Amino acid sequence: MRNRNYMILEIPSRSQNEAFARVVAAAFASQLDPTIEEIADIKTAVSEAVTNSIIHGYENSEGIIVMKCSLSENEIVIEVSDEGKGIEDVKQARQPLYTSKPELERSGMGFTVMETFMDEVEVYSDTNKGTTVIMRKKFTSLTGEQGEESNEGE
Amino acid sequence: MELKAKVSDGVLICTVAGELDHHTAEEFKTFVDYNLQNNPVKHLVLDLSRLSFMDSSGIGAVIGRYKRVSSAGGRVVVVNESKQVSRVFKVSGIYEIISSCGSIRQALNKLQKRHDTFLKE
Repeated sequence: MRNRNYMILEIPSRSQNEAFARVVAAAFASQLDPTIEEIADIKTAVSEAVTNSIIHGYENSEGIIVMKCSLSENEIVIEVSDEGKGIEDVKQARQPLYTSKPELERSGMGFTVMETFMDEVEVYSDTNKGTTVIMRKKFTSLTGEQGEESNEGE
Repeated sequence: MELKAKVSDGVLICTVAGELDHHTAEEFKTFVDYNLQNNPVKHLVLDLSRLSFMDSSGIGAVIGRYKRVSSAGGRVVVVNESKQVSRVFKVSGIYEIISSCGSIRQALNKLQKRHDTFLKE
């Protein structure tokens, strides 16, 4: 029986905190015994979201990034938010290869990576108010184990 | 992040260990560019066997180096990337322009073969 749990992390928008945020999310998610691949997926998606807040949300200024994670039976929900400049056109921002900062050699793949590695990605943004990205992932390893056990019982 | 460079027959071999994200990307770019500029090399091999993590910032950094190398007629080969790194590469489509090999020796052979074929033609 898995209990609900949650955590909140507040970090300044410094690039050295990208790795820290990844590890925190991974450590928290490990409570549900995910596979190595699922952990890697979560780390990668969190890295993209936090990096976006640093580079795009706060650009050259420093602000606070809040990461909230919550666990249910077999799912993690991760919310990364900032109070930065916001995204004018979210649809455009989510297009693969689109970047508002080509001069920084950005690949424009941040949202695409999040969408590939997580099951669902929602983006809420208000110009000059900030951006919130909510990502969900179901741990199929848990669903698989339960399925196998019930088959053996039959 | 740990970066090492070696030159072998016109090929710059860069070993990238640790994690390649937005925070470490500048260091990676500066290191590779410096070595591309200051060595008699045409191709770039990136030994990623000890790269434990990469996100799309790494993709941007690698593509930037690819553009530089290919504009001078060279190729880029990555070696022994991990599963996580490979998945990120796949999402970006970078394998369309960059080859992957299981070892540095294989990478050098691959680059040499193309060179020989070119010379024969």
